Amino acid sequence: MKDTDIKRLLYTHLLCIFSIILSIFIPSFFLENFSILETHLTWLCICSVFVTAVNLVLYLVVKPNASSKRSSLSYKVARFLKCCIYFLMSCFFFHVIFVLYGAIIFETLQLREIPPVIYIFVFYRVTSIWENSLQITTISSFIGTWLGAFPIPLDWERPWQVWPISCTLGATFGYVAGLVISPLWIYWNRKQLTYKNN
Amino acid sequence: MLDCCARTGEEKETRALHAASAGRRVVFMGDDTWKDLFPGAFSQAFFFPSFNVRDLHTVDNGILEHLYPTMDSGKWDMLIAHFLGVDHCGHKYGPHHPEMAKKLSQMDQVIQGLVERLENDTLLVVIGDHGMTMTGDHGGDSELEISAALFLYSPKALFPGAPPEEPEIVPQISLVPTLALLLGLPIPFGNIGEVMAELFSEVEDAQPHSSALAQASALHLNAQQVSRFLHAYSAASQDLQITELHRLQNLFSNASADYQRLLQSPQGAEAALQTVITELQQFLRGVRALCIQSWARFSLGRMAGGAALMAAACFLCLLVSQWVTSPGFCFRPFLLIPMACGLAGTIVCAGLLTTTGLKLDPVVLGAVAAVGSLLPFLWKAWAGWGSKRPLAALLPIPGPVLLFLLIRFAAFFSDSFVVAEARATPFLLGSLILLLIAQLHWEGKLLPPKLLTMPRLCFPASTGPPRHSGTYALGLGVGLLLCIRLAGLFHRCPEETPACRSSPWLSPLASMVGGRAKNLWYGACVGALVALLAVVRLWLRRYSNLKSPEPSVLFVRWGLPLMVLGTAAYWALASGADEAPPRLRALVAGASVVLPRAVAVLAASGLMLLLWRPVTVLVKATTGAPRTRTVLTPFSGPPTSQADLDYVVPQIYRHMQEEFRGRLERTRSRGPLTVAAYQLGSVYSAAMVTALTLLAFPLLLLHAERVSLVFLLLFLQSFLLLHLLAAGIPITTPGPFTVPWQAVSAWALMATQTFYSMGHQPVFPAIHWHAAFVGFPEGHGSSTWLPALLVGANTFASHLLFAVGCPLLLLWPFLCESQGPRKRWQSLGNEAEARVRPEEEEEPLMEMRLRDAPHHFNAALLQLGLKYLFVLGIQILACALAASILRRHLMVWKVFAPKFIFEAVGFIVSSVGLFLGIALVMRVDGAVSSWFRQLVLAQQR
Repeated sequence: MKDTDIKRLLYTHLLCIFSIILSIFIPSFFLENFSILETHLTWLCICSVFVTAVNLVLYLVVKPNASSKRSSLSYKVARFLKCCIYFLMSCFFFHVIFVLYGAIIFETLQLREIPPVIYIFVFYRVTSIWENSLQITTISSFIGTWLGAFPIPLDWERPWQVWPISCTLGATFGYVAGLVISPLWIYWNRKQLTYKNN
Repeated sequence: MLDCCARTGEEKETRALHAASAGRRVVFMGDDTWKDLFPGAFSQAFFFPSFNVRDLHTVDNGILEHLYPTMDSGKWDMLIAHFLGVDHCGHKYGPHHPEMAKKLSQMDQVIQGLVERLENDTLLVVIGDHGMTMTGDHGGDSELEISAALFLYSPKALFPGAPPEEPEIVPQISLVPTLALLLGLPIPFGNIGEVMAELFSEVEDAQPHSSALAQASALHLNAQQVSRFLHAYSAASQDLQITELHRLQNLFSNASADYQRLLQSPQGAEAALQTVITELQQFLRGVRALCIQSWARFSLGRMAGGAALMAAACFLCLLVSQWVTSPGFCFRPFLLIPMACGLAGTIVCAGLLTTTGLKLDPVVLGAVAAVGSLLPFLWKAWAGWGSKRPLAALLPIPGPVLLFLLIRFAAFFSDSFVVAEARATPFLLGSLILLLIAQLHWEGKLLPPKLLTMPRLCFPASTGPPRHSGTYALGLGVGLLLCIRLAGLFHRCPEETPACRSSPWLSPLASMVGGRAKNLWYGACVGALVALLAVVRLWLRRYSNLKSPEPSVLFVRWGLPLMVLGTAAYWALASGADEAPPRLRALVAGASVVLPRAVAVLAASGLMLLLWRPVTVLVKATTGAPRTRTVLTPFSGPPTSQADLDYVVPQIYRHMQEEFRGRLERTRSRGPLTVAAYQLGSVYSAAMVTALTLLAFPLLLLHAERVSLVFLLLFLQSFLLLHLLAAGIPITTPGPFTVPWQAVSAWALMATQTFYSMGHQPVFPAIHWHAAFVGFPEGHGSSTWLPALLVGANTFASHLLFAVGCPLLLLWPFLCESQGPRKRWQSLGNEAEARVRPEEEEEPLMEMRLRDAPHHFNAALLQLGLKYLFVLGIQILACALAASILRRHLMVWKVFAPKFIFEAVGFIVSSVGLFLGIALVMRVDGAVSSWFRQLVLAQQR
């Protein structure tokens, strides 16, 4: 793995973090009564749209798998369809996990609001070959979601101690942490990592 | 807001019940908590919902709407108005907030308005039952939280002089006698408060003598009541200090005599009255101090000693469980001899005590036994271990499961988590299951599914051959999570969470109205019973032999359906007993006595049979040469790594070797008579599963009908968990067998989860008392142990079942060994052939591998038991530590202490169950040994 690749990874991840931070502040200029806690779902949608957009743009700009030899239109369409199928499958998979898992703790009705943040890097995962960083971000956001469930039973009477706010906040924090950690982790372990592609 | 005792700004609060009983008209308005506390006590009441902390105004505005009209109407003797806004405002905004200022000025206006409307014979009492911290919360024991204002007002002058600059602090319990006497009611018997003497002075008379006399008589009434209470209490219980008690009784009799004498001669000096008043006050305060000292006394030394003892026991469990499987451990010097020492010590001690005529104390005897066995063990261990090797080598390497144990340990210290344990345990269990699947994936124990080929994060390569496909493990995991999710539907809410609603399925069917729904539910319950039976029989048919003529197998075939029938019939009677026609009443009553007892007797006889003949093996004598068939584990795809090659090449070699040997043998003549024993590979687990089923049925009968679904889920999810765990446990022959920590932790977590889904809560009001009347509808007479046993069996059913089933954790991986070849048989479609020539199918060794290494088998059983005890032990240690460290916490008697008691009893039940389970395995082992011996004898003849 070349150092330039790691640098590119780091910068793209910093941009992702920046987009998440922007998604906190920008909507308040356009929307009235916007706050992360009160209109949580709106924020979540905006945040995921931001991250998706940034990822798509970065994908087009950086082209992590530009080495692909076949570049016919049909191949691209097939790839895109494959991505969509993978995306839907992963949505379904996470949905099942959240229903089985989260529903134990929370009411079933609210389960429809599955954190879309999770989906973003699922989408990202299939369109990129930087699998290591993807795995790290996925795992860390999953751990973040898991840790986010812990404060719910406490009697602190804080407004964020409600399903699904604490879990999605945990997922977001985990995602950000994963974005920060993954380039560093890859940098430290660059000697052991070997890839077929490079 | 968890604590429902949060009330601020009450007026005229007193024992509403007492006043109501004396014919007073009590009007209440405000917080609806009072509705449940004093049902039917009020002549008129206006309740408003109070649990929403964000709602500052509903209760207060509701009161204000009714307060003045009610006051003016005059139809009341006592009016209680419980304002709640200030408290909620403190919780939501804190004390230094504009909202709080608004709320406080509103309360000021209320008081002003009341003061203007008061008549001369009315007393206004404004109290708060607690203060608030700087953040506006309460519940602790800080000075700010436990002190509140007390404001008394009457248009008539209340106090003889100007009130003092620094008014004295009045204990909250003094309100009860004061208000009771002011209302002309008797003081409640259990009161130890002291009347506020100033309120009883006759100000208008302006005669100091009569004022002092009135105070003295009020105090004397109060002191008489307290003395009566003290007398009754000290007669019933001996925990008050004798000398102090005598001093106080003398004080009271002196003061009482003085008072009587002064009443006889009313011209007595005022000074004498003052001394009587001081004496009575001294008596009341003395009693209060005595009671507080005696009631809220914690022996810190004993607490610390107990916790240290428990911690030491846990640590010893951990050390020995790791040490047992190490090569230098022998049973005889380390365990048997210390046990004998302990027993001998106990007998000697008991003999000494009886000869000297002292009372035999079981605690002392137990302690002697423990110390007597522990000391030789430690001494031997010290000598055997040697001082060179470090002790830390014995400690297990921390893994992710340690994190789970730590979380569980820490969760016992938070009242919120103890209250929410019913939801937190399935969460942890689900996480542990997902972790297990992820671990299987990372360690490469799963065959990668063909669709997804993900490169691994540079983790160590596979340690053993993959045995199961990823979809198999994933399917198990999803099934487990589904079971846990479904079991979560059955939950009972703790009292502390008012928003939570208990599952209606926990109530017995008899309480249901509506015939159709009841019938459907009844059908579902019977269906669950039949499904449970079918699952167990299916399992036995698959792993064991239902054709064996052994009595225990016959019992499983015929006795279990009988038990199902009996249970179903009992439920039908119990749920529809009220609808029975009158002439059948006697029959129904008789049947509801007989049926549960019959089921229990059947289960007991089944267990007896199982203990008598635990070996369920079908023996067939056949002629023919023994043929060995190598087991080829299914392996798909070309070998990709060195590990795969290491695995495949010997297999091919062995297969070829067998082929050659087979050809050679076929040319020879037929061999001597051989004996084929079927299902020897699952003798242990077959006995365990049969015993568990037999135990489950009487326990099921003690629960409400619909909990049978939970029992079905219990069996299903423990089967699934065992399969999942077995996928991750490598079979090391002949080496030391171990059960990993995550397996034991998951088992213990599942026991707790099932405890909650059976509708229990670790609080005393949640105990299912009706279990005592199953089979005894008329009660038990004077015997207490039988109902206690029934209720205990109901409460700790899951602890018992999981503890008895604990050895399955060790046995299951060996059981799962048979899956590979079986699948191959089925996939070949040779079932017909297999049926024609069943003799040719060579069973894998399965559990006989355990018998091949008896020393390791014993060590593994001991290790398993110790590990399970350790996991349970740190739970009870955490509970004990929480209850002792947080002994001044508001929730200690409501949450921590009951949790500790339940956990302790559960621990005892689990230990007994574990002992029984291991004893059953040992019994089966002994029976198998004697069976082999008989076989060899028969062969020799």
